[in-house]
Amino acid sequence: MAAEEDLGTSLAAVLAPALGDAVTVEGLRRLSGGASRETWAFRARPAEGPTVPLILQRERPGGARTGSGMASEAALLRAAADQGVPVPEVLVTDADPAGEALGRPFMVVRHVEGETIPRKLLRDEEFAEARPVLARQLGEVLARIHRIPTDAVPGLEEQDQVVQFRELLDGFGQPHPAFELGFRWLEAHRPPSTATAVVHGDFRTGNFIVGPEGLRAVLDWEIAHLGDPMEDLGWLCTKAWRFGSPHPVGGFGPFEELFAAYEEHAGTPVDPQVVRWWQTLGTLKWGIMCIIQAATHLSGAVRSVELAAIGRRVCEQEHDLLLLLEEG
Amino acid sequence: MREFLERDVMEATEGRVRFHTRVAVNVLAIVQRELEQGPAQVAAHAERLASLGFADDAELAAAIRRGDLDDRWAEVIACVHEAVRDKLAVANPKYLEQPGP
Repeated sequence: MAAEEDLGTSLAAVLAPALGDAVTVEGLRRLSGGASRETWAFRARPAEGPTVPLILQRERPGGARTGSGMASEAALLRAAADQGVPVPEVLVTDADPAGEALGRPFMVVRHVEGETIPRKLLRDEEFAEARPVLARQLGEVLARIHRIPTDAVPGLEEQDQVVQFRELLDGFGQPHPAFELGFRWLEAHRPPSTATAVVHGDFRTGNFIVGPEGLRAVLDWEIAHLGDPMEDLGWLCTKAWRFGSPHPVGGFGPFEELFAAYEEHAGTPVDPQVVRWWQTLGTLKWGIMCIIQAATHLSGAVRSVELAAIGRRVCEQEHDLLLLLEEG
Repeated sequence: MREFLERDVMEATEGRVRFHTRVAVNVLAIVQRELEQGPAQVAAHAERLASLGFADDAELAAAIRRGDLDDRWAEVIACVHEAVRDKLAVANPKYLEQPGP
């Protein structure tokens, strides 16, 4: 297809400074994409040596911007790598000198081999040795993320998510007594901030590339922001990311292993009650996100049977939220 | 209808259509449980709301938000949770067996 040939030619041009002028692009194929960006996989063939598997992410034309944009995310990936966080290596972005050829904001990163699908990671024999080490690995990696200097990346903002999600829920005008109880509890029990750090914002099973030996890369830095680092620990332990597993840390292991590894590498203590507050907020946030997804279907904007079934996820989150509130 | 989808359509399709058929089968199962349990659940919920002094969920939600029920916290949590358990018994009964939180 002509459009893909054009994209391949443009890609070769932006990759030339990194991989040499003779580089060519092959095997270009479109992967899934979010609302705001499209993702492509391809191989770059330099003049010499083996081909290099790469991933292109670029903003959709006129796409809905989320987070702080592609350039900010690429800068963040590089800052995370500096702290020893396993992330895909950024080769080139639209902010680099050769980057203008692609027109829209983009980044090209090295492909990391491995699995991301939660149910496979939590059940397949292939990952039997990875599962027991992941809670500790994730604790160490979070400590490294929270060490990224807060001024390393421009454009990261701090938001009060209780207020933000309160407004989102109010926008629907439906009564949700369970979520009202959640907000009431969160407001009454909000812990003092433990620190201000770079927070990944979506650090959970599904956004990790894992091999048989353990964690290989942390993905999806789109909604990174400044905030209390305990947010990342709480979100990782939110029940939705266990996918039916009894283990609280992303379905992989116990709280104690996550907390111990985090404390060891961050040098600061973890208060389980603070993590629990963030886990409670995480459950409420996911419940409201499920309402948004169900409403998208009902308004006719996206037609699919799958989305119609998402509505039932709302009462699953209400149930989990009430279990948390009952335990105090 | 559900049996037709489960047997004939599932066997004759694959990939995305098969996946959506599976989801549709689940939705039909929800509808079936709703028909069986719905009326009794609606009555039970009205009774629970009345015991707290409210006519509907909107009144209850507004009262929780204002803090009017802070001194009846455990009672309100129990009441709301019963309603949510009823909804889950229709939407996804297996979820009630999952360990948590």
